[in-house]
Amino acid sequence: MKDRFANRKYFIMALAIAAAVILILRLFYIQIIDKTYRTSAANNVLRHITQYPARGLVYDRNGELIVYNQAAYDLLVVPVQTSAFDTARFNEILGISMKDFRDRMKAAVSYSRRAPSVFMKMISSETYGFLQEELYKFPGFYVQARTLRKYTRPVGAHLLGYVGEVDDKLIGQDKYYRSGDYIGVSGIEKSYEEHLRGRKGVNIFLVDVHNNIKGSYADGRFDTTSVPGTNLWSTIDLGLQEYGERLMRNKTGSIVAIEPSTGEILALVSSPSYDPSLLVGRVRSSNFIRLQADTVKPLFDRALMASYPPGSTFKMMNGLIGLEEGVIRPTSLFGCSMGYHAGSLTVGCHSHSSPLDLPGAVMNSCNAWFCNAFRSILENKGYNSIQEAYDRWREYLVAFGFGNKLGIDLPNELSGFIPTRSYYDRYYGKDRWKALTVISLAIGQGEIGATPLQMANMATVIANRGSFYIPHIVKKIGEEGGPSSVFSQKYTTGISAENFEPIIEGMEGAVNGGPGATARGARLDSIIICGKTGTAQNPHGKDHSIFVAFAPKDNPQIAIAVYVENAGFGSTFAAPIASLMIEEYLTGKMKRQYLEDYVLKVVIAPDGKEQ
Amino acid sequence: MEKNSNILNRLDWLTVILWGTMMIMGWLNIYAAVYNEEYTSIFDMSQRYGKQLLFIVAAVILAIFVLVTDNKLYYFFAWFIYGIFVFLLLMVLVIGKEINGAKAWFEFGPFGIQPSEFAKFATGLALASYLNSKRQALGFRTMATATSIIMAPVILIAVQPDMGSVITYFAFFIVLFREGMSIYVFISALLALILFLLTLIFGTVAVALGLIILSFAALWIFIRNSQVLTALGIMAGAGALSYLAGHYIFGAGLDLIIVSSVVLSGAIYAWYLYRYRLKMAVIIYSFLLGGILYLFTVDYAFHEVLKPHQQTRINIMLGMEDDPYGTGYNLNQSLISIGSGGFAGKGYLNGTQTKFKFVPEQSTDFIFCTVGEEWGFVGSVVVIGLFVLLLLRLVMLAERQRTTFVRAYGYGVFGLFLVHFFVNIGMTIGVMPVIGIPLPFFSYGGSSLWGFTILLFVFLRLDAGRAEYLG
Repeated sequence: MKDRFANRKYFIMALAIAAAVILILRLFYIQIIDKTYRTSAANNVLRHITQYPARGLVYDRNGELIVYNQAAYDLLVVPVQTSAFDTARFNEILGISMKDFRDRMKAAVSYSRRAPSVFMKMISSETYGFLQEELYKFPGFYVQARTLRKYTRPVGAHLLGYVGEVDDKLIGQDKYYRSGDYIGVSGIEKSYEEHLRGRKGVNIFLVDVHNNIKGSYADGRFDTTSVPGTNLWSTIDLGLQEYGERLMRNKTGSIVAIEPSTGEILALVSSPSYDPSLLVGRVRSSNFIRLQADTVKPLFDRALMASYPPGSTFKMMNGLIGLEEGVIRPTSLFGCSMGYHAGSLTVGCHSHSSPLDLPGAVMNSCNAWFCNAFRSILENKGYNSIQEAYDRWREYLVAFGFGNKLGIDLPNELSGFIPTRSYYDRYYGKDRWKALTVISLAIGQGEIGATPLQMANMATVIANRGSFYIPHIVKKIGEEGGPSSVFSQKYTTGISAENFEPIIEGMEGAVNGGPGATARGARLDSIIICGKTGTAQNPHGKDHSIFVAFAPKDNPQIAIAVYVENAGFGSTFAAPIASLMIEEYLTGKMKRQYLEDYVLKVVIAPDGKEQ
Repeated sequence: MEKNSNILNRLDWLTVILWGTMMIMGWLNIYAAVYNEEYTSIFDMSQRYGKQLLFIVAAVILAIFVLVTDNKLYYFFAWFIYGIFVFLLLMVLVIGKEINGAKAWFEFGPFGIQPSEFAKFATGLALASYLNSKRQALGFRTMATATSIIMAPVILIAVQPDMGSVITYFAFFIVLFREGMSIYVFISALLALILFLLTLIFGTVAVALGLIILSFAALWIFIRNSQVLTALGIMAGAGALSYLAGHYIFGAGLDLIIVSSVVLSGAIYAWYLYRYRLKMAVIIYSFLLGGILYLFTVDYAFHEVLKPHQQTRINIMLGMEDDPYGTGYNLNQSLISIGSGGFAGKGYLNGTQTKFKFVPEQSTDFIFCTVGEEWGFVGSVVVIGLFVLLLLRLVMLAERQRTTFVRAYGYGVFGLFLVHFFVNIGMTIGVMPVIGIPLPFFSYGGSSLWGFTILLFVFLRLDAGRAEYLG
C-alpha cells in the first residue's frame, strides 16, 4: 500500500529533536550561564536552632526562690558542613587536646554526617564569649543556648529532684523530646515536668557556606516560639527544710512536717543528703556515679521510700480503733506487771504505775494496755470471727493512709505494708490464727511497715481530729494557679472527733506530763506539743528512734514525724529533733542552744555506733 | 526453540540496551535521592532503592515474558485488552484507594497499582488495531472514531482526577498525525492553545477585543471596499446598543456584552454574504465567533474545573505568580538543585539540595533533580541524549513495519515516551508547568516501570515478528 504520509516521519523526528534542544538550551542556561542558582543552593542549607525555654522557677511557701536557671551553651557540629580550619586555635578556645578533639569529632560523625550533634556540652559563658567572636572561622559549628538549674541553698535535693538528658527509650515514646533534651528525672522536676519544661520553639535559618546566618527561612513562617516553663510555689518552708537537714546531719533517717489544716508539706528531709547542684551540668554523670556507689545511699529518699515498723507510735491507732469500735473506753483500766502475759506468751514492758487508763497508757507507752485493747478489738463479739474483726481493723488503717500510697505529688512513693487477712491465712492456714498470734501489731511491731510520710500523715489526722488532705509539695502552679484539685479534697477516717481527745491527752502528757512521761525531752515552755515516741525494732542493728507529734495542741500548725535510724529509743534523738523543728517553725527562733548542740554533736554511723 | 532463537536474533538489541541503561541509571539516582547514613546498603529492602531493584528484576521478567508470547496475541486481543483496562479504570473509581486526592490506585497490601499506567498500552493497541482496519486515507469519520478511542480512558482518568496522566494521552495524536489526520486540526489546536495562554495572561476581555480588531483588519485586507466602513459603523452601533442594553437593562458584565455584540453583528456578515457573495466574510466571522466563545469557555474551565493548585502551577509557569516558598516552592527548589549542579555536577551522592530534602518527590516525579545536581550539565545531556536516541530508534523501528497495526502502535509508544520525557524534565527546569508524571525508567515506582516496559517490549516483540506479517 502506498503510504502518502510517510514523509511526516521527518516532522515527527524533528519534534523529538526539538524537544531535546529546548531542554538542553534551558539546562545550559540554568546550569552554566545563570549563577544565581548556585548561590541559592549555598544559601539553602537550613539550620534548625531550637529555642530552649527556661525551666520554670521554684519558690518556697513564703515566696523565697529555691531553684532558678543559669545560662549554658552547647556547641554543636554538622560534620558535612565543616571544612579545613585552625584546629589548634579551636582547641585552645575550648581547652581540649587534639586527641580529645578527634574523639569528639569521631563521635559526631558516627552519630550522623548531616544531622547536628553535640560536640561539647554546657560550655561556660566565658568560653562562649571567646568562641562566638571567632565562630565564623569554624564552619559547621554553631552554638545553642541552654539553661541549667541553680539552687539558692544546698538543700532539698530529694524533693526538688534533678534534671537529666532524656534517654532513647523515652524519645521513642514521647514525641516532644529529641535527643539531647533535658527532662526532670526525680522529685518535683519529674512530677511537674510538663509544667516546668515549657514548650520548645525552633527558628529555621538559612546558612551559607561560611557559616553565616543569611536570614530567617521562609520569613519565619515555619518558626515556632518557645514558651517559658511555669513557675511553681512549693509548700516547703525553705528555712525549716534547711534547719531539718542541719539537725539530721551525720545521722540517717528523715523528717516529714505537714501543715495539718491543708496537707501542705513544710519540710521533707531525708538524710544523708547531697547538694542538689552536684547533679547539674557536665559534672552530673560523674557525681551521680559517685553518689550511687556511696554505701550510705544519699540518693535514696527515705521520707517516701523507707518502710519501717512504726513501733509504739502505732499504739494511738489501736487506741482510736478500740474507742470507735466501742470495745474500750478512755477510762478502761488494764494492769501491767512488767508486760503482757497470756499463757506462755509474754510481751515485755518497762516499769511504770499500774493500772493505767487510756491517756496514761499513751503517756507511759504501756505495752500491756495496748495488747489488751488490741485483743478486745479482734475478739469483738460483734463480728463472726477474729478475721472479720481484723478486716475492719485494717479498714481503719487504710482510711488513715496506711498500706497504700498516699498519692503525694512526688515520684517513687512507697505504699508501706499492712498485712491483709489472706496474708495471715497463707502463713498460718485459713482462719487458723487468733488475736494472740498477731499480738505484736498491738505495739506497732511485726509485719507492718509505714513510711515516714505516712506517719506524719497519721500525726496530721490526730491533729485534725479525724481528717486530712493528701500531703503535697506544690501549692501553686503558676502565678495565678492553685494546686492540683486532688489536694483540695478532704479525707475522713471514720473515727469520731471525740475519740481523739483521750489520745491527744495522752500525747500531751507524754511530752509535758510528770513521772512516766516518755518524751519530756521534747517539751517547750511556750507551746503545748503533743507527741508520742516509738522504737522500731531493727533486725540488722540498733533500733530506730521515732517520734510523731503535732503542735500546738489546739489549732495545730504543724504535724511531724521524725525517724533516726540506729539511734535507740524514740526519746533520745527523734523527740528533741521534732521539738527543735516545731520551735523553729512556730516561733522562728531557737532558744535551747544546749539541745541543739546535743543533737548536732552526735554522729551516728549507719551501723549504729555513736561517735 | 527455533522460534525463540529467532526472536533473539531479530530483537532490536540497541533498544534493549537503552532500556537497561536507563533503568540502572534511574536506580542509582533513586539511591542518591533517598540516601541517608543509616541505610547505606543499596540493596536495603526497607528503602526505596531496595524496592526499586525488586521492581527492576520484575520488569526484566516481565520483558522476557512478553518476548516469549505469540505476537499475534496482541493483534487479536487488542480490543479485549482495551476493554479490560477501560473496565479497570471504571472499577478504580469505585473501589480504588484515594492518594493525594485522586482515586487512581488499587491497593494490594503494601503495593499500589495504577491502572492508568497500563491503560496507555491498551489504548495504543486498540488505536493501532482500529487504524489497521481502515485501508483508505483517513477521513473525518475515521479520525473522529479514533479520537473517541483515545478519549474514553481520558475521561475516566480525568474523573479520578489525574490531570498528569490525562495530558500524556494526547501523545496518541502523534499516531493520528502520522496516519494522515488533517494538518489543519493540529494548526487549530495550536491556535487554541495560544489563545488559551493569551487569555490566562491578558484576560478574556482584552483578548476578545484583540480578536474583534483582528477580524476587522482581516476584513479590510480581504475585501477592501466601502461596504466595510458601513459594516464598521453598523457594528459599532450594534455594539453600543448591546452595551447600553446590557449595562442599563440587564446589568450584565463587560464579558457578556462583548459576546452579545459579536453575535448581533453576525447579522451584518450574513447580509454581506447574501449581498456580495463574499465567502471570506463568513470565514472571518466564524473564526471571530468561534474564537470568542472558546475564550469564555476556557476562562470558565480554568477557573471552575481546574483545582486551585493546578491553576497556580500554570500561573507560575506563565510567570504570573512569583512565590518561591509557596506553591512555587517545588519548582524553585528544583531549579536551585539542578542549577547548582553546574557543568560537571557535584559528584555522585554529593548533592546537598536533594540530600537535605529541599526537593519534594525527589525519587519519583523530581528524579531529574538528582541527575542535574550530581551529574551536572554533562550528565543531564547524556540522559537527554539517551532519550532522544530511544525516540529516534522507535521512529526507525516503526517506519520499517509492513503493517499499519505495528507502525501505529510504534508511534503510540514513541508519543508516550516523548510526552513523558519532555513534560517531566521540562517541569523540573521550568519550561512546563508542574505536572506529576514520571520520567520513564528513572522515576521510582513499580507501576510506571512495568507499564513502560510492557509498552516497549510489546513493540519490540511485534517488531521481531514483522517477517511473519504478510499484509
